[in-house]
Amino acid sequence: MTAVISPDTHHDDAHEAHEHHGPTGVLKWLTTTDHKIIGLSYTVTAVLMLVIGGFFAELIRVQLSAPYEHFLSFAQYNEVFTMHGSIMIYLFAGPMAFGALANIIVPIQIGAPDMAFPRLNALSYWLYLTGSITMLSGFFVSGGAANFGWVGYAPLSNAANSPGAGADLWIGALLLTGFSAIFTGVNICATVFYLRAPGMTLFRMPIFTWNLLVTSILILLAFPVLTAGLIMLYCDRHFGTHIFSVQGGGVPVLWQHIFWFWGHPEVYILALPFFGMVTEIIPVFSRKPVFGYKGMVFATLTIAALSLGVWAHHMFTTGTVLLPFFSIMSLLIAVPTGIKLFNWIGSMWRGQIWFSAAMLFAIGFVITFLIGGLTGIYLASPPLDFFTHDTYFVVAHFHSVVMALVMGGIAGLYYWGPKITGYLLNETIGKIQFWFLFIGSQVFTLPLYILGLRGMPRRMAVYPNNPGWQHLNEIATFGAVLIGISTVLFVVNILVSWKKYPAGDNPWDGHTLEWFTTSPPPHHNFYRLPQIRSERPTWDYNHPEAPALTHGTHEEK
Amino acid sequence: MEVQPSAPQGAGPQPTKHRRRWIAALIPLTALALSGCTLPSFGAYKSDTTTGQETYRLWQWFSVGAVIIGTFTFLLIVWAVLRYRRKGDTIPKQSQYHIPLELLYTIIPVIIVGVLFWGTVVVENKVVAMPKTNVKIHVNAFKWGWGFTYPGQNAVVVGNTTQEPTMVMPVGTDVAVTITSTDVMHGFYIPQFNFSRYALPGVTNEVTFHAVKTGTFTGQCSQLCGLYHSLMYFKVKVVTVTQYAAWLHSFDTPAGKLAAQAAQNALKIQMSAGLPVVSAVTAGVN
Amino acid sequence: MKLEARILLVLGLFFAIMGTVYWIWSGENAGGMMIIAGGLLGFLPGSYYWWWSRRMPVRPEDRDGDVTEGAGFVGAFPGTSIFPFTLGAGAFFAVLSLVFGFWLMVPGLGLIVWAAIGGVAESRRGGTQ
Repeated sequence: MTAVISPDTHHDDAHEAHEHHGPTGVLKWLTTTDHKIIGLSYTVTAVLMLVIGGFFAELIRVQLSAPYEHFLSFAQYNEVFTMHGSIMIYLFAGPMAFGALANIIVPIQIGAPDMAFPRLNALSYWLYLTGSITMLSGFFVSGGAANFGWVGYAPLSNAANSPGAGADLWIGALLLTGFSAIFTGVNICATVFYLRAPGMTLFRMPIFTWNLLVTSILILLAFPVLTAGLIMLYCDRHFGTHIFSVQGGGVPVLWQHIFWFWGHPEVYILALPFFGMVTEIIPVFSRKPVFGYKGMVFATLTIAALSLGVWAHHMFTTGTVLLPFFSIMSLLIAVPTGIKLFNWIGSMWRGQIWFSAAMLFAIGFVITFLIGGLTGIYLASPPLDFFTHDTYFVVAHFHSVVMALVMGGIAGLYYWGPKITGYLLNETIGKIQFWFLFIGSQVFTLPLYILGLRGMPRRMAVYPNNPGWQHLNEIATFGAVLIGISTVLFVVNILVSWKKYPAGDNPWDGHTLEWFTTSPPPHHNFYRLPQIRSERPTWDYNHPEAPALTHGTHEEK
Repeated sequence: MEVQPSAPQGAGPQPTKHRRRWIAALIPLTALALSGCTLPSFGAYKSDTTTGQETYRLWQWFSVGAVIIGTFTFLLIVWAVLRYRRKGDTIPKQSQYHIPLELLYTIIPVIIVGVLFWGTVVVENKVVAMPKTNVKIHVNAFKWGWGFTYPGQNAVVVGNTTQEPTMVMPVGTDVAVTITSTDVMHGFYIPQFNFSRYALPGVTNEVTFHAVKTGTFTGQCSQLCGLYHSLMYFKVKVVTVTQYAAWLHSFDTPAGKLAAQAAQNALKIQMSAGLPVVSAVTAGVN
Repeated sequence: MKLEARILLVLGLFFAIMGTVYWIWSGENAGGMMIIAGGLLGFLPGSYYWWWSRRMPVRPEDRDGDVTEGAGFVGAFPGTSIFPFTLGAGAFFAVLSLVFGFWLMVPGLGLIVWAAIGGVAESRRGGTQ
């Protein structure tokens, strides 16, 4: 791991004054407070978690490729899908969204020398790493890992129904990663509020940074609730409190309220950073400014505001929630999301689109997200949710969304990877990887929609051999295999293009400040800064003849 | 698809003409959509209960909207991607805002959402309505099986992971079903009724089914409830009113009473492992 | 600074309204409480920023500032520090003590206290680099 995160920071043109001397090797990794190295550690760890979580996904798909064939036992299956969900949500998607690329790119995009609290930033990473170790170590204790689903619904997660250290390790891991997220949220907020370069007003910040700011506010709103809920759950399990158990006068549904009050903003905490990445990539490769910049910002803020009032759409079938309120709030989120989608199309419209691997992944994101978004609208309607809830329809819906997010993340890695390492990835392998991932995602999710409508509930270790079910599951498994191949191709690509294609400072003709500095950036990011008069300072510097047409002018005449 | 109606300036020479043609294409589509029965199922069950059929129609309308919007947006993406691929090194026009267009795709979704919400509320009120009825069934979920008791009757049916219990209910009548759980959360899910509801410990959920035809349907637990979650099946058998009465009556014979007693005991054993079936604690509204 | 304050205050106001509507309409306490608390999280930092924004000159990053205005001392950024790692390891042991027995709290608290003292002392010295 240390080999990956010790980039050669010595440049011939490096100014003496900025040269950074410090420890090297493992000690450098342990003691660093440089946001770029921390971000790289985050990236490597998160991708590793993606591979582990993906491995569990393949196990699930192998199990489900036949109705009764016991590849995994009931107990193993429950552990595997619980850990698949937990790893992907808590250890991959979240940290990848607000820990990995955000950590590296946000300070550079606003012209800051580092995060506002560098040591807190390092602490975030260590809490995330130890949290990941804690969760995975569930497999090595007697009784196995947590097996109550990634949502940990009480009373299934109480001491009577889920005894064993695995469940406690799951709680502990979530406490650690939860604090990690909170600290990152504080850090990004403070960085954006206090460390912007002169001239970088809020409405000149790149959309990626905007989305990370809003994500951080959401983190601060949501994660403390989860932490509190986990402590309550732990007390229920060990100290005899009865917060979530009926025997002592508690209310089991309260856990769901608390969990989803975190859980639904969490969906946007995961999604917004990837939206931001795509919003950076599409305009750059279309050689146009982002279409409807202000609309984009207001859409992000609206999503954040509404996301706090939609949690109980996960609980429509409990029969204990106010259906119309959560229905309208959930439906309304479709509006700002639609604005974003049309703005992405508008950014491509009449552009000069360069189909680099990053752009392909970004387009794949938009199309896959369109499917996931449209099916999400169904689920906002309680009567429709009643018959799709907890079936594979829901599974297919959120896998469409998260597969889109994965594409956004990989697009981000292809786009910003050269900035971080100084070397490009192989474009041809990247494009092959894209087609495997894109086709695999659709082949994987589309049969699941039909399965859900045919009545297959989720989290089934075995399923009745109803007509068509096995074939649909086989198709989905085939899609999962394609996705697996794409992941292997990504690793192959990293190995093949290891320090092979030097990138230069600005390989994509980028818009934002990170393309103004060297690749990789020096210790405190910048030797010099351009004048910042729009949200594309680097573009304005390189193409002074082609500024963005502001003031709502779409006609040049 | 030469021209998109909401493209930043129509690309064709006579945008209005194209737009008219596009609207003309919409008319037969709308006519087709309005004749509700010809709508495709979009993969869902047509359902055999009145509320299930309402839900099915709502599903169809949502799907019509989703297909139209999805196809339109998809073609827009594909068009943009294919039409505007890089042809040279020229810098395209750096347009960034188009306020009327942006307002258009803000307001139209708001209207669509309003319509969807209206349809949702109408159907939802029918689905959650609890009309008065004399036919009552109490569903009790436990790890890992179902127990069906008929309040005021002798009939009791209990199943487990290896034996599916059958919930018998009459056709053409409102049947009030109360659902609760003795231990963890379960999901009372009947795919062909287009309905599911959690079985919660400490809460009694109520729902009314009005089956429109006889038949046997499979139901199963939809909410993860532990080790044998995937084996928690039950059957729903919809019979005629006379058959239902006869079935209830079969538990009044000595042999039937013995069977009911045995089932009652089995259910008691399951429940004693868990909780009192109904406690005073309820949460929220409804 | 004004804009930052305004964003937080508007978010807080929105949550306050939404929370009130929800609480009255549903009568469900947990969620109503949580949204109102979310509103407070908007008001608290929002009003702080608002208070400050009225008492300080407009910062270069809030107007068409020139890059040279940002030159000079930004703040002490510690180049390297072992204490985040120490604190993280301490937290790790503390969490493991919840699972495997409270004796693990001893090394956990030890590391946390060491990190607290060391980190503060480091800040006093102005960081390591």
